[in-house]
Amino acid sequence: MSSLPPLGAVLPEVTLAVSAIVLLLVGAIRGEAAANLVNGLAIAVLAAAGILVLVAPHTAVSAFGGSLVIDDFSRFMKALAILGALVSLILSVHWLNRERQSKFEYPVLILIATLGMCMLVSAGDLIALYLGLELMSLSLYVVAAYNRDSVRSTEAGLKYFVLGALSSGMLLYGASLIYGFTDSVNFGAIAAAATTPTIGLVFGIVFLFAGLCFKVSAVPFHMWTPDVYEGAPTPVTTFFATAPKVAAMAVFLRVATEAFPHITHSWQQIIAFVSIASMVLGAFAAIGQRNIKRLLAYSSIGHMGFALVGLAAATPQGIRGVLIYMAIYVAMTLGSFACVLAMRRNGNAVENVDELAGLARTNPMMALLLGGLMFSLAGIPPLAGFLAKYYVFLAAIEAGLYGLAVIGVLASVVGAYYYLRVVKIMYFDEPAEAFDPMPGELKAVLGLSGLFTIFYFVYPSPLINAAGVAARALF
Amino acid sequence: MYQAIVFLPLIGFLIAGLFGRVLGARPAEIITTAFLFISCALAWVAFFQVGFGGHDAHVQVMRWIHVGDLKIDWAFRIDTMTVIMLIVVTTVSSLVHLYSIGYMHEDPSRQRFFAYLSLFTFAMLMLVTADNLVQLFFGWEGVGLASYLLIGFWYEKPSANAAAMKAFVVNRVGDFGFMLGIFAVFVMTGSVTFDAVFAQAPSLVGKSINFLGHAWDAPTVIALLLFVGAMGKSAQFLLHTWLPDAMEGPTPVSALIHAATMVTAGVFMVARMSPIFELSHTALSVVMLVGATTAMFAATVALVQNDIKKVIAYSTCSQLGYMFVAMGAGAYSVGIFHLFTHACFKALLFLCAGSVINAMHHEQDMRHMGGLYKKIPFTYAMMLIGTLAITGFPFLAGYYSKDAIIEAAWASDNSFALYGWVMTVAAAALTSFYSWRLVFMTFHGHPHDHHHYENAHESPLAMTIPLGVLAVGSVFAGMVFYGDFVGHHVQDFFRQSIFMGAENHILHEMHDIPGWAAYAPTVMMALGFLVAYWFYVLDPSVPVALVRSQDALYQFLLNKWYFDEIYNFIIIRPVLWIGRVLWKQGDGRIIDGLGPDGISARVLDVTASVVRLQSGYLYHYAFVMLIGVAAFITWFMFAGV
Repeated sequence: MSSLPPLGAVLPEVTLAVSAIVLLLVGAIRGEAAANLVNGLAIAVLAAAGILVLVAPHTAVSAFGGSLVIDDFSRFMKALAILGALVSLILSVHWLNRERQSKFEYPVLILIATLGMCMLVSAGDLIALYLGLELMSLSLYVVAAYNRDSVRSTEAGLKYFVLGALSSGMLLYGASLIYGFTDSVNFGAIAAAATTPTIGLVFGIVFLFAGLCFKVSAVPFHMWTPDVYEGAPTPVTTFFATAPKVAAMAVFLRVATEAFPHITHSWQQIIAFVSIASMVLGAFAAIGQRNIKRLLAYSSIGHMGFALVGLAAATPQGIRGVLIYMAIYVAMTLGSFACVLAMRRNGNAVENVDELAGLARTNPMMALLLGGLMFSLAGIPPLAGFLAKYYVFLAAIEAGLYGLAVIGVLASVVGAYYYLRVVKIMYFDEPAEAFDPMPGELKAVLGLSGLFTIFYFVYPSPLINAAGVAARALF
Repeated sequence: MYQAIVFLPLIGFLIAGLFGRVLGARPAEIITTAFLFISCALAWVAFFQVGFGGHDAHVQVMRWIHVGDLKIDWAFRIDTMTVIMLIVVTTVSSLVHLYSIGYMHEDPSRQRFFAYLSLFTFAMLMLVTADNLVQLFFGWEGVGLASYLLIGFWYEKPSANAAAMKAFVVNRVGDFGFMLGIFAVFVMTGSVTFDAVFAQAPSLVGKSINFLGHAWDAPTVIALLLFVGAMGKSAQFLLHTWLPDAMEGPTPVSALIHAATMVTAGVFMVARMSPIFELSHTALSVVMLVGATTAMFAATVALVQNDIKKVIAYSTCSQLGYMFVAMGAGAYSVGIFHLFTHACFKALLFLCAGSVINAMHHEQDMRHMGGLYKKIPFTYAMMLIGTLAITGFPFLAGYYSKDAIIEAAWASDNSFALYGWVMTVAAAALTSFYSWRLVFMTFHGHPHDHHHYENAHESPLAMTIPLGVLAVGSVFAGMVFYGDFVGHHVQDFFRQSIFMGAENHILHEMHDIPGWAAYAPTVMMALGFLVAYWFYVLDPSVPVALVRSQDALYQFLLNKWYFDEIYNFIIIRPVLWIGRVLWKQGDGRIIDGLGPDGISARVLDVTASVVRLQSGYLYHYAFVMLIGVAAFITWFMFAGV
């Protein structure tokens, strides 16, 4: 006898799915003219979904036979992913209108991708994981190539698609190996079966993690990131840099801690290596970049490396550190991309770092906030970015991973160079021509992000407590 | 009262230094000068109270350092030695302040000048009133600092900067010895306070200090280390090179610091530490040797210098040598007496030279002067008095003090007593010669630079008054105070402030020397005058011919015995070479190269290769992913799960 699944618990997902279909119909019926209407409605839907996530009762629910798990962890990460999607969408409106690329498919695709993320975050078995991942990824492939008249955009979409297919293949291969060696796809059942590491199971984990590393763009599965970030339209890059990262990191944490809690030592090695490689490569490669989107791409690779330090610790403190890191990372990234979106001169977008020259004199407020964000990304105390790093490194030290922590700190020293170079260009170089006036929503996002980053240390406990509650749900 | 004497110049310095810009030049001048005159008046009151009234005092100002056994306070030790120095310092300083109002009236940063002068005076007063060695060292370094600032006062001139640095660096050598001496005193006596040290001094006899495995006689080591400090500050032979260069400073500075006061600090210190010097015959012999050598050496160099200030500078150096000869002979009060009279006539000479330079529009080369006595008669008269005083013309200041030193050298039982006597007598002739040479070249003969000559004018009143006061001192200082410093009242006058050993009867014995030995310096003075008169008034072609026939000797003297060149060769160049090696190779190539520069260059290399990985080709990217997976698989296969 099958009872009705607890639909109340998956209300945000249902809302997103139904709204996506309705908005698609609205767009199809009203044609191109509906773009702004659909955009506005999509923003409202995302806001509603976010509220639904936040107001849901704090009980752990297992739906659809354990395929979806709704707990404090999934609530935290869903809220964060939806926030990223929502703000990215808000930021994109003005930019897409100016570029004459405002089409109703874009917000619909964002909604569907967000739906995929929510499923991914809640995934309780390998099947749901794969479905969520593909739903998200297929939407992302399309939005990467969204500016279909641009060679670079289509190239980015194609690259992302081909490499994404390869990573999906690896992930599926890993999933099948795990199923073969544990006789189950459910994380809890896998955990019960995988009490000792066998070579087959560990191979499965390697392939599964390779697929997940691809999604969080961790080295050596990061190669798509700079090209796609640069080629895709900037609002799409903003979206890429925030929401999918959160969702992929969420499922990464969940798989690692819920499915393989007894063979921590095995997968820790993978995570530690990937983490070190990401931190180091992100720091070194970004130095050579002139395009600000490529620079932020390497920056995000490095930040994923720092976040994975917390996962490598494999303790509740470590997971809490990752959650805090992701929240602060999303805030900093949204603010930074608000600035990148504001880099328009005479109606055209400019992307070179040197275009920021002398911003302190042409637009001191923007320079101040972007400078704050850069210091924070570099991890200068007492800004939010420093505290984010502090929590993950503290967890790593407590877990005895001294080498990882030391390499991480050294990498952040190297990385500080390119962030500070942006500040130097803004404050000490001869001013270039002023940018076009900044739209109000960009100002608002930049202001909120900058204030959060700069003043986070004043009142950090709500985020720490929420992340702590969420992290405990996995153990 | 003593606080006022010492701290008024400090207050003047703070006002002129901090608020000079706001106040303007004139108020800053008036405030500092007025404070100095008040301080001077109080110093004279103190002089009579202490010197003749016998009211020695000890004034506690505040606690300074109390660490374990080391207890150092800010305190004044007021005895006869102190008050003599107080009147010398404050009198000359206040006159120089007054004189500077006239001399520096065209300088745009006069506030700074007066602030530095007052700072110097404060430091010098701190030095002479110190009741312990550390406070004395504070003043010692303070006057060094002020001297550095004032020599380099015209900092736009590279030569002034170089001279300031030279003075500072050469003094560091002496200061290093001085510091070691203070450390040695503390190690041996457990205190740096004069009272405690002097009380313990007799017990030092026979004790030794171990250094490099050899036991050295403690009093000798301490005395010699302290004397190294004195040699630096008082520009004695081997450490004298900074003093002539210090003439780059404004002339009032030369009069105050490099003639009357700071350079005599070494003499004062040796006299102050007489309880320790008295214990070591060896140390006193060294003092005599160095002093006599300096007196002679500097006098020979002064013979041929053409810069009016350089002549007087070498003369100062020579006279300081005389003072150390007195110290070496054990006749401390005689040395202090010469310090006292020398301050009068040497300050007078310098200020007269300043007046000449002022008249000649900052021309200092005597070969361009001549015949000035008609243009600036008052300065000429003052200069004559100063010259008569320094050469030891009977009944003027120098006659009493310098002759007393020469007599003391004869009467002394020092190992170098005869050497000291011969050198000082010979130097007396040379002193007379170069002093009169200066007068004749400057004031007599025919003017060589008619343009400057025509425009020459007598200095303003602010400059001539100090000349007059100092001239009075130069005439009467010897006569009036001879009895107290050298004669029968020495014991009543100096009391405990100078210590003379039980066997030291120099002050009696020096009165009983043969007549020809006593009159030798006066004869020498006359001889020097006659030769100078012959050379520069009667027949000016004689010195030219002499120079031509004795060219090597002339060059040797003109180049100051080649000391600068020798030091340049054996010390400065090697040090600069080492510095350059450490800088270019050590710091530049090794530390920077392997450190910051090297690391950042390697970072860029890594960046370049990492960026090259990002080729843009899809199959490269896929290949990297597969390599990554293969690497993990391989790792787990070989390293185990």
